[in-house]
Amino acid sequence: MLETSDVLVLARLQFAFTIAIHIIFPAISIGLASYCVVLEGLWLRTGKAVYRELLFFWSKIFAVGFGMGVVSGVVMAYEFGANWSGFSRIAGSVNGPLLSYEVLTAFFLEAGFLGIMLFGWKRVGARLHFLATCLVALGTLFSTFWILASNSWMQTPQGFHLVDGRIVPLDWLQIIFNPSFPFRLVHMSIAAFIVGATIVGGGAAWHLLHGRSGEGIRKSFSMAAGMILVAAPIQMIAGDQHGLNTREYQPAKIAAIEGLWETERGGTALNLVGWPDMREERTKYAVSVPHLGSLILTHTWSGEIRGLKEFAPEDRPDSTIVFWSFRIMVGMALLMLLLGVLGLILRLRNRLYDTRWFQVFALAMGPSGVIALIAGWITTEVGRQPWVVYGVLRTADAVSPLSSQQVGTSLLILIVVYLLVFGTGAYYILKLMAKGPDADDPAADVERNAGKSIASLERRPMSRATDPIDE
Amino acid sequence: MTLDLPTIWAGIIGLGVFLYLLLDGFDLGIGLLFPFFDREGEREVMLNTVAPVWDGNETWLVLGGACLYGVFPVAYSTLLPAVYLPVIAMLCGLIFRGVAFEIRAKARRTQNLWDLAFIMGSATAAFCQGVILGTLLQGIKIVDGRFAGDAFDWVSPFSVFCGLGLLVTYATLGCGWLVLKTEGDLQRRTRKLLKPASLVMLAVIGVISLWTVIGQPAVAHRWFGGHNFVYFAPVPLLVLGCVIGIFRAADTGHEARAFVLMEAIIFLGYSGLLISIFPNIVPPTLSIWDASAPRSSQLFVLVGALIILPIILVYTAFAYWVFRGKVRHGDEGYH
Repeated sequence: MLETSDVLVLARLQFAFTIAIHIIFPAISIGLASYCVVLEGLWLRTGKAVYRELLFFWSKIFAVGFGMGVVSGVVMAYEFGANWSGFSRIAGSVNGPLLSYEVLTAFFLEAGFLGIMLFGWKRVGARLHFLATCLVALGTLFSTFWILASNSWMQTPQGFHLVDGRIVPLDWLQIIFNPSFPFRLVHMSIAAFIVGATIVGGGAAWHLLHGRSGEGIRKSFSMAAGMILVAAPIQMIAGDQHGLNTREYQPAKIAAIEGLWETERGGTALNLVGWPDMREERTKYAVSVPHLGSLILTHTWSGEIRGLKEFAPEDRPDSTIVFWSFRIMVGMALLMLLLGVLGLILRLRNRLYDTRWFQVFALAMGPSGVIALIAGWITTEVGRQPWVVYGVLRTADAVSPLSSQQVGTSLLILIVVYLLVFGTGAYYILKLMAKGPDADDPAADVERNAGKSIASLERRPMSRATDPIDE
Repeated sequence: MTLDLPTIWAGIIGLGVFLYLLLDGFDLGIGLLFPFFDREGEREVMLNTVAPVWDGNETWLVLGGACLYGVFPVAYSTLLPAVYLPVIAMLCGLIFRGVAFEIRAKARRTQNLWDLAFIMGSATAAFCQGVILGTLLQGIKIVDGRFAGDAFDWVSPFSVFCGLGLLVTYATLGCGWLVLKTEGDLQRRTRKLLKPASLVMLAVIGVISLWTVIGQPAVAHRWFGGHNFVYFAPVPLLVLGCVIGIFRAADTGHEARAFVLMEAIIFLGYSGLLISIFPNIVPPTLSIWDASAPRSSQLFVLVGALIILPIILVYTAFAYWVFRGKVRHGDEGYH
């Protein structure tokens, strides 16, 4: 028994580690692909060189992010079988096809349009190139669609029946459009846009702080500040709606997020901070506001929220983790909102590009999109424990019959390899960003890529950027 | 009449694995030959011969994994735990190799390190793939639809030999590819390797064939039971014919023939593997029907696969056609 639980913990750590590193790169590509669409659209419309310059610059970074996402995704495609053979045996008939579709979609996108977008400047007309960029952005959202359909189905499963303990799909439309899917898809897509915006804004702030204030840098900064002003409140509304959905389908997750143990009558208070203790079944050092919990989670003054004690101890998610991961996410959101509003005020006063403390703030907020994204995923994934398919299959029954030595060894190997490889990738992205959009002459960039054929290089997006990595 | 979806899917995945061996074999082979060529010019040329295609070649591995999961979840969930460490090591090898391939071109001071990562990554991936094939061939213990063996069941003289065998095979393919794609001194040196390399490859295939036939009565029965050998005899005979053809190509200076014949040997060897195990997907007990997902799952994925796989195939063929011809030193690199 001890052996099994060790394997379970190690396998979960491994999955958490590999997917947390992986998700960063797709989020960057989803966000930046759509940003490229906006830039190219503005360029075609206005003919201003600055949009083209920015488009070239950010498409390079998009390409490196995309390449890293593909590489780190390969591991995921095999991890389900290697570490989670119970899950793939019982639920593979639903989860497997959805992931197969994601892979097929992603390759379709690569085979078709990525090459034109990255290397086709000289070969196709401006309109066709714009179409390719739009389709690449759409393709990244299609991948998001399939991955989130799969994840949401695991959170709120429907459209299947059990035959001999194995899941057999009945209705694919019900499986894909399961109750939590629309909320999760919207929440994740906006999150990816916010990741893009915070990175673009942070990068531009760094250049402004270093006294470089060319038109490209100012434009990036302005667009990012505007995007955050719009996206942060929308994301909070989307998150709120997602929360209502979760309260309906996964009440234990909501109780754990709020560190709520008792079902309070006549209105639930909200714990602002505190330390949920799973063993003592109470939240220590809690600072709470009466009725606020009901107000936020039920949108009424005295709506009822079920406390954790209504669920058997073996069915409770770890409140200590999700209480704090949720608050980190919300904290980031509030800071983003502040960033957006301050940006608006400075913009109205014509001080957007020369307010030093605001640039420091924007630079510090550069990683905030990624932090919020990962904190949000931890909340939803730890919050649905101890289930891997909610109410159907326990995580403990999903793990492979492996020894803890095996899983521990592979975890260590993967940590070393990932830190080396994706550390290098992240370093290269930062290095490209540090060069800035003004440093690269677009015409020379086109020339460097002119000898490349779009026929094949599309599958090597990382060859888009030609800047040296160690000089 | 209803379609037998497991058979159709076995065909599709079988084709995918075959294309992977056909296409990624020689480009992993380039990594294996890397240490024997000089750092400055030759390695650059070697990389440029595969630069436009290597990433597409690995597509088939990802596609194969995802589709295996989608349509044969029981095979996926028993095979992967059985070859757990080799799979993890193979993936790490491929990650290193892939990233090294790209970063090497952007590196100046640290190029040696990335070269080393490229070589080690290629070798690890090739060896582990051989070990996985060997483990599959020697059989995996399955009870009640679950892997029931030990963590190190995959370690055996046979599987390690298969690992080394695939290493040699990929290196040989790499030689054939370089003879086809290069000229001058580099081509002359790889051409010299053709004969010894293909002899070693022949020996490897011979040893693995005999080992399985002697070690596994079921395989022996498949090949020699009844009149079966009459039908299957062309496989080993054609392998011999191909090796003779490679020898003659090495003498006459024909550039494409050796590589084509090597790929033909891969096809024959793969056919031999399928003859030995079909209709099992994970020998000795799990058949493609036992391993199948429910019909609705297989049908659902089939729709997408039938639309997208032909497009990827045409696209791959197009890419090879665009990049036909020799790669020369000092050519505009693809990096």
